[in-house]
Amino acid sequence: MRELLYRLKDRYHFGTPTFQRDDLCFVTVKRSELRAILTELRDVEGFTHLTLLTAVDWIEEQQFQLTYMINNREANLTLALRVMLDREDATGDTIHDLWPTAATYQRELREMFGINFPGSPRVDEEFILEGWTDLPPYRRDFDTLAYSQQTYHDRPGRETHDPKTHMQKVLYADYPKGAK
Amino acid sequence: MEDVDDKFLKKNKEVPLREELRPRKVTTPDGQEIEIEPLRDYFCEAQPKVHPKAYSKIVEDFYNWARSNSLWILGFGTGCGAIEMRPLMTPRFDAYRYGIQWRPTPRQANLLVISGYLSVKTLKRAIRAYEQMPQPKYVMGLGSCTINGGMYWDSYNTIKRLDDYLPVDLYIAGCMPRPEALLHGFMELKQIIRKGEAEGANKYAENFAQYKANQKAVIKDWDMPDYNW
Amino acid sequence: MNSLPNFEWVQVAYALLTLFIVINYGMVMTAVVRKIGARVGGRYGIPVWQNYIDLAKNIALRSKITHGVMFYLGPVFRLTGGVGLLLFVPTIYGSEWHQNFSYAGDLILALYFIFFGTLGMALGAGESGHPHSAIGVSRGLSQVTMAELPLALGVYALSLQYQTLDITEIVAAQQGSIFNWTVFTNPLATVAAMVAFVGTMMRSPFDVVIAPQEIPIGPPTEYHSSYLALMQTNRVLFPVAKTVIYMNLFFGGATSWAEFAIKVFCLYMVSVVIGVVHPRFRVEQSIRFFLKWGLPIGVLAILTV
Repeated sequence: MRELLYRLKDRYHFGTPTFQRDDLCFVTVKRSELRAILTELRDVEGFTHLTLLTAVDWIEEQQFQLTYMINNREANLTLALRVMLDREDATGDTIHDLWPTAATYQRELREMFGINFPGSPRVDEEFILEGWTDLPPYRRDFDTLAYSQQTYHDRPGRETHDPKTHMQKVLYADYPKGAK
Repeated sequence: MEDVDDKFLKKNKEVPLREELRPRKVTTPDGQEIEIEPLRDYFCEAQPKVHPKAYSKIVEDFYNWARSNSLWILGFGTGCGAIEMRPLMTPRFDAYRYGIQWRPTPRQANLLVISGYLSVKTLKRAIRAYEQMPQPKYVMGLGSCTINGGMYWDSYNTIKRLDDYLPVDLYIAGCMPRPEALLHGFMELKQIIRKGEAEGANKYAENFAQYKANQKAVIKDWDMPDYNW
Repeated sequence: MNSLPNFEWVQVAYALLTLFIVINYGMVMTAVVRKIGARVGGRYGIPVWQNYIDLAKNIALRSKITHGVMFYLGPVFRLTGGVGLLLFVPTIYGSEWHQNFSYAGDLILALYFIFFGTLGMALGAGESGHPHSAIGVSRGLSQVTMAELPLALGVYALSLQYQTLDITEIVAAQQGSIFNWTVFTNPLATVAAMVAFVGTMMRSPFDVVIAPQEIPIGPPTEYHSSYLALMQTNRVLFPVAKTVIYMNLFFGGATSWAEFAIKVFCLYMVSVVIGVVHPRFRVEQSIRFFLKWGLPIGVLAILTV
């Protein structure tokens, strides 16, 4: 894995790689080079499988992070490429021609994060939600608690306990001696 | 829950009707131009009716006894509770000995078991299935999700109270309730039916406007007629 | 009254009595068979009177919806098929009471009635407008048509053998000894007809038409309340009526109700036992099965007579 990154780093701009395990590595790449890297990894280095494509909302930095996780079955290596997008613009580059499954991921990202992938098949169709009109629900400025309180009725009488203090009270009523 | 967040306000936009369901003019294969309105043309528009009980009390009691001993469940699993229903068919629990059967079509079912959380998308299908069942029909809510939202209390697309949208005869608490609890729930439901108190379908017909308003408040893209008979 | 010699009005009452007995017998027998299946699987099983409760429940339902006249007539036709089949076949041989309306040549009519219900059902289910019904009906019709072929061939072999189309005479010819039964005098015809028997009993492996796990439940998808009650009645009556025909043609008929009960039960269990050990055929597989095995045996039966 390390040797692979050494080989590639002369030609592409990589950020500092984060090794979660010996066979699992995260690395940030430039958006303009993503397609070239993915194509080379797929066709030359044997990373034939797109494990997942997902996003992280870094609302403080005003950025979206796309994570392309690809896998080399033969060498049992997993490499995740991070691409940072501008949060205001929120447009990514479609890779459905490299991996057809990416089209489904991109549809999901479009619906749940509002990240558009122009040119991806059926990307504007509804994916899971039906008739959703609000902010894309996985964005962090969408407050699911407030939304659910404004949409669905509560049943009165529901109580919420802090699990730690509640269980301590129920199971060990006199735990610090003299308490109670 | 008191901590309503006022800073976030949900938008209340209307969702336009899907294109293929809008009233429009089409040209038939033989060249005629006709106006169609799919929601009216394909579906029956009748409102639900309140059906009175049988005239004689003895007859009604006999009917209720028959209904309680022949509960046909619609095999429609919504949440994790669908898993809890399957063991009921196995030798260990064997719900068949109580006259309980699973039917594949709502037309032949009497009991709709909402087995767990209902997302808004599933709620639409559940309402459709419920309205197609013949009267008298019963609804059982399974698990805390149907009672007050359960662990999905802050979810953006899961309803919290089932009885806002469908007339529920019986709730079974638990997360999830075990099959034994489900069997006990069936026995309780039998008692309710035998007493003649399981009139959920009539309740639904009487408060139809209110139920519909609740349903339409959460199901934004309402693309079916108001009553799916 | 040339066409109906020896007809007396009291026969109507006798025939209704036969019908009543057979329906109740069918109700209990199908429940018992289900209970046996449950016990084999280690379950307790349904109560034996469960069929009656289901029937009462379905009649007690308050709301029903109709899709038109044919939708209503579908179950009626189906029940007519079952009742007609039973009424034109002598149920108990030699009994004046349960001779029913059998007459010379009733074999052809019986063959017709076996098919009649399915046809009526096709019209009714078609009108319900549900796509599952239409798919189920087309599957059902093609399968039943194919299953009829070996039966028809077997029956022709039989009528050649006995030189008659009168079921009563065929039964009469089989009396005396167990070795006079057609199953011993003409085994090929029996085998061909039994292939059809298993094929039309709507049990696995030939139950793709009404199996709930397939295209949901097939033709009866839209049927509910009283309509369904009619069909349930037919579902207990029709197998028994069909079994009566087989019993008369191949297994020596019955001279008393006890013999009737035992023979029908054993014949019914043939299809049940075959059903529990075989997985379900798809329609084209079952058609191929009937063409490959049922048809040649039927032709052979005719040739060897």
